Amino acid sequence: MQTLIDFFSFTDPNVRWVVLGIMAMCAGSALVGVFAFLRKKALVGDAVSHAILPGICLSFLVTESKATWALLPGAFLTGWFSLIAIDYLTQHTKLKSDSAIALVLSVFYGVGILLLTMIQNMELAQQSGLDKFLFGKAAAMVYEDVVVLIGLSLLIIVVIFSLYRPFRLMTFNPDYAQSLGYPIRLLEGLISGLTVLSVAIGVQAVGVVLMAALLITPAAAARYWTNRLSVMLILAAVFGSFSGLMGTFISYTYPRMPTGPWVVTVLSVIAILSVLLGRKKGVIAHQRKLYRNRRKMLEENLLKCLYHLGELDSDWQKKRTWTEITQKRLFTKRQFQSAWKTLHRKKLLIADREGLALTKEGEKVGRRVTKIHRLWELYLTKHLHLASDHVHEDAEAIEHIITPELEKELELQLGYPELDPHEELIPYENKDLKK
Amino acid sequence: MDTFWIILTGSLVATCGALVGCFLVLRKMAMVGDAISHAVLPGIVLAYLIAQTRDSLPMLIGAAIFGVLITILIETLHRQGKMQIDAAIGLSFTWLFALGVILISVYAGKVDLDQDCVLYGEIAYIPIDIWLWNGKNMGPQAVWQLGGLLVFTIILLTLGYKGLKITTFDEKFAASLGISTVFWHYALMSLVSFTTVLSFESVGAILVVAFLVGPASTAYLLTKRLSQMLFLSVLLGIMAAIGGYFLATSLNASIAGGMATVVGVEFVLALLWVSYKSKKIELSLMGE
Repeated sequence: MQTLIDFFSFTDPNVRWVVLGIMAMCAGSALVGVFAFLRKKALVGDAVSHAILPGICLSFLVTESKATWALLPGAFLTGWFSLIAIDYLTQHTKLKSDSAIALVLSVFYGVGILLLTMIQNMELAQQSGLDKFLFGKAAAMVYEDVVVLIGLSLLIIVVIFSLYRPFRLMTFNPDYAQSLGYPIRLLEGLISGLTVLSVAIGVQAVGVVLMAALLITPAAAARYWTNRLSVMLILAAVFGSFSGLMGTFISYTYPRMPTGPWVVTVLSVIAILSVLLGRKKGVIAHQRKLYRNRRKMLEENLLKCLYHLGELDSDWQKKRTWTEITQKRLFTKRQFQSAWKTLHRKKLLIADREGLALTKEGEKVGRRVTKIHRLWELYLTKHLHLASDHVHEDAEAIEHIITPELEKELELQLGYPELDPHEELIPYENKDLKK
Repeated sequence: MDTFWIILTGSLVATCGALVGCFLVLRKMAMVGDAISHAVLPGIVLAYLIAQTRDSLPMLIGAAIFGVLITILIETLHRQGKMQIDAAIGLSFTWLFALGVILISVYAGKVDLDQDCVLYGEIAYIPIDIWLWNGKNMGPQAVWQLGGLLVFTIILLTLGYKGLKITTFDEKFAASLGISTVFWHYALMSLVSFTTVLSFESVGAILVVAFLVGPASTAYLLTKRLSQMLFLSVLLGIMAAIGGYFLATSLNASIAGGMATVVGVEFVLALLWVSYKSKKIELSLMGE
């Protein structure tokens, strides 16, 4: 409890700055990652983060300093170079993009390891701790590092939000953006530059291997909640910075715990929850939609069946028994039970010991479904020239989907016909209205 | 003698990697290979914690489980969760790798695996860890393990050459012949996990990707026949192992890193050669 208060009161200035720095960095890379994700280039970020390593080593060899500002130029350079290499390999050789990414990733990383171990064996005074870049050194960051981290993260955030419109156009419709006069190549270069920059600063906190997660995972999680780019950007940034906060909190509470891996773990849990619970694309939301559709079809089918029974003696309010109904249409006992209970509650039918009877409202629904069914059968035979014994199945499905607008259009197109292809009466709600 | 053992170990890693890698490259699954090589880490650590030994059998089992687990995770996120495939790969392997690193740091005292080992292996220490059999020095353990893996890989490839080839190039045709694409998919994925685990001590979980994808991609540029591609990639891999050793010792740096660097150099040379040849063809066509 005490550590909780200590941490979240931010009284320790060291904690305060490190936490702020990591949160800003996570938000920045999440924003950049959204564009990479939507442009289906998520894994390129992984290659870039591995390719940062040789750059860091080269920078160190030149400047012999481990400060962030000294290492960034080299990191940026090799990161950028890896992007160009991947683009070149996928466009100009027969290598597929996955091989190109994996090749660039592993070779750059190998060169980085070669240089890193070479530096370690050179016994330079400053070298110890350079290998912290492999797993990140969030806890060991000093004030100057954090200032650079926050400054550059804010720069990324500001650039993305001020160029929101052109970036959006470039992502979803590059041809249109070009025709509007936006400099597409420049914008693409800019977004690549931002990617490399965010990776270069992020690597310090979480290391080269896990950096890809900060780009990909927040975007992947946010996608399940919204279809709007603006909301997705904000959500991704929130997910990213929340994970940054939790990751630093965990490693503050348990000093043996590494920050980077915990940030990634929190992020991954958020992503898995989003996959399950997401409002727009989530698995559960999708299943619920499927269930609701199936329910609607079942209920409409029962009402339709009762309507058909009413047609026999032109009495739609008469009680029908279970046997009568199942002779007309096959329902399982469970389906039947649950359907009439709901419909009873919705006051579309009245149920008692003797059987089921439609209410006026229920009759209306049953009539409408029957009408659409028969109109569709007629439409298929008349306009698509299908045989009249081939149209029933199709009409069974479409009768639950047709909207009132389409219904109107269908009636007009066919000219309010009297009979369907099976010589059955097409029932209209108001007989006079059709004229 | 140490030099010999190190180069032999490197060549064995390169050979196993190249043989499996050719199929990864052709199936457009190079990044899945990368993902598996990261994802076996928690499997290795857990196996180590449970079995309390550094024997390779428990580690192999742990790694194979996690190798198959990540392929299932990726498939589930992609199919059931409707996540785009690249994001599904990126999410899965970073998560599992993060869990592996967390496990290592939690059990830092109990696990005789350090983080450097994960990142670039310790091929230089391979000759120290020898296998004593009836008191006789049989050479480094790693060589025997990798040799076993190579024999296993070759047997699997010879027996399943037709199945692997057909499922790689024409999945639908394979299905119509009654060849199970799922079986060969998971067989290949397990082979990738085995290769990663047994290469783990020598080159680490990440650099093994260079051996899986590098020589295979280079060979892919140079030839159109699968048999030639397999042969060429093995040759290139062994050359990289030899070249990398001497590069690294001259720079006093990580041998595994040196081998990966030479893999890259080979690829660039092949790329230059191929573009030079296609330029020449272009010019001769224009001349006529």
